[in-house]
Amino acid sequence: MSNAELDAIFLTIALASITTVLLLVLGTPLAWWLSRRRGSVPALLEAVVAMPLILPPTVLGFYLLLLFAPNTFLGRFWQELTGSQLAFSFSALVIGSVIYSLPFVVQPLQTAFERIPQNLLQAAATLGARPVDQFRSLVLPLSRRSFITAASLGFAHTVGEFGVVLMIGGNIPGETQVLSIALYDSVESLRFTEAHRLAGALVVFSLALLFLLYRRDRQRGWRVRA
Amino acid sequence: MNGLTLDISCPGNNNFSLEVDCELSASGITAVYGPSGSGKSTLLDCIAGLRQTAPGSTIRLNNETWQDAGNTVPIWQRHIGYVFQDARLFPHLNVQRNLDYALTRRPRTGNIHLEQVITWLELNDLLSRSTETLSAGQKQRVAIGRALLSAPRLLLLDEPLANLDHAARQQCLRCLQQLSQELQLPMLYVSHDIEEVSQLADHLLLLEQGQLVEHGSLLALCSRLDTRLSHEEQAAAILTATVAQHDTEYGLSKLTVDGHSLLVGHLPHAVGQSRRIRIPARDVSVCRHRPSDSSILNILPVSVVEIEDTNTAKLLIRLCLGSQYLLARITRKSCVELGLCIGDKIYAQIKSAALLMETSDSA
Repeated sequence: MSNAELDAIFLTIALASITTVLLLVLGTPLAWWLSRRRGSVPALLEAVVAMPLILPPTVLGFYLLLLFAPNTFLGRFWQELTGSQLAFSFSALVIGSVIYSLPFVVQPLQTAFERIPQNLLQAAATLGARPVDQFRSLVLPLSRRSFITAASLGFAHTVGEFGVVLMIGGNIPGETQVLSIALYDSVESLRFTEAHRLAGALVVFSLALLFLLYRRDRQRGWRVRA
Repeated sequence: MNGLTLDISCPGNNNFSLEVDCELSASGITAVYGPSGSGKSTLLDCIAGLRQTAPGSTIRLNNETWQDAGNTVPIWQRHIGYVFQDARLFPHLNVQRNLDYALTRRPRTGNIHLEQVITWLELNDLLSRSTETLSAGQKQRVAIGRALLSAPRLLLLDEPLANLDHAARQQCLRCLQQLSQELQLPMLYVSHDIEEVSQLADHLLLLEQGQLVEHGSLLALCSRLDTRLSHEEQAAAILTATVAQHDTEYGLSKLTVDGHSLLVGHLPHAVGQSRRIRIPARDVSVCRHRPSDSSILNILPVSVVEIEDTNTAKLLIRLCLGSQYLLARITRKSCVELGLCIGDKIYAQIKSAALLMETSDSA
């Protein structure tokens, strides 16, 4: 494997890991809020969260590129804060990936939170548990499986992204050249051996992850803490 | 002020509104009784803080205000034990950890010990079990234990025995009676089963369509003619009796009610114990003279205190036996033919089988 390939693999893992952590931090409160509210405002927000599922990634990438340009408010703000431009940077990829993979984390969590019986939380409250305590001691352990699902899907989906990265990241080795871009690059320059290695690795990784998730989902029931 | 002060207004769906304004005793078991849909569970939810009351409502236990104008104490600071009909054990924790959940969150002043609760409710063999594998009765015992371990100042029980079979129900009833006596813990007990109520409660709160109809001592309320209770098919008077003697030859036990003897089927209780008995109104008949050749063993001298004023075929009369009361349901025709008037000295015939011996221990 060449250095460029290893760089691409390392960059992809770093991007997917950072994105997943951010998604869990941002997605958990968002999913909780969505699961507890009725009405038009949450419905609209839910629709916005779900948009990356159906929009061509290039549409999202196009708007993000405009947003990240050095002459916008965000672009200027970023430039002053960090001294480097936002577009075509690793940070831009992280922001893009968070938005792009948001539904893959929020939706399983929201479904899990909606399944938590309200009456268990009430029972906890009568036993002296404050809301944060209820969340930590009941909601988190009862939706543990969904957290693993959400994290896995968020990670895998970020590994698999192409359109958004191409639009906002370009193809800078070591900075924005992730696996899917490196693969595209190899095919374009007719380096098929390298393309086979990268494509094969992605297929094996995705299949293994999804297999593990689905196999686990067939073993139902709570894991009781003794 | 000692006791539970309630002035609750809670609007619900379909014109239903709960309106309760009363002072309840801060000791013993108060049964909240009424038909389904009368607002019994709503009342408990309001007291616990699980349901929002209308502005202007007041909820106060002893000196502590949980709800008044502009001030609502959140559920987790009320220190209420709530035993729900569906137990609500936490499915990801085993029995021991369900109990620990309450133990680790209670105020430091809590003085109910884990070992005590385990002994009372016979939980020792269940501790390491998953809650999913428990029977309905076992689940409720764990739920009661968990509620007790939170060191509550008030225990709310919402039909906790509704899903239990007879044996499990009796076991839980015995536990609750024992707990109420040992812990000095006031309890509000929702039930629509009058037998359960007469076995357990000291006080009674009657609800109908969200309205408070009556509240007061169970024994006094049960012998009144003008309450909803007396118009139910199973209307019955409840009396306190003392076990006086056992007659092994005939397999009978003798009880005394204010000096009058009653014979019932043999009882396991020791002589001298005080017990509660329930005598259904339909099993009491009356006569002017003491029959000398009746198969009925219990014929007691009583006086007529009250006669229901009604045009229906049957009516209720209230009879005084010593300092306690009996109810009799007779036909209006008999009442007229016997010429019954208030103050008449007559005899009440009680079918022996009608004497229900309860496990209650009400001194």
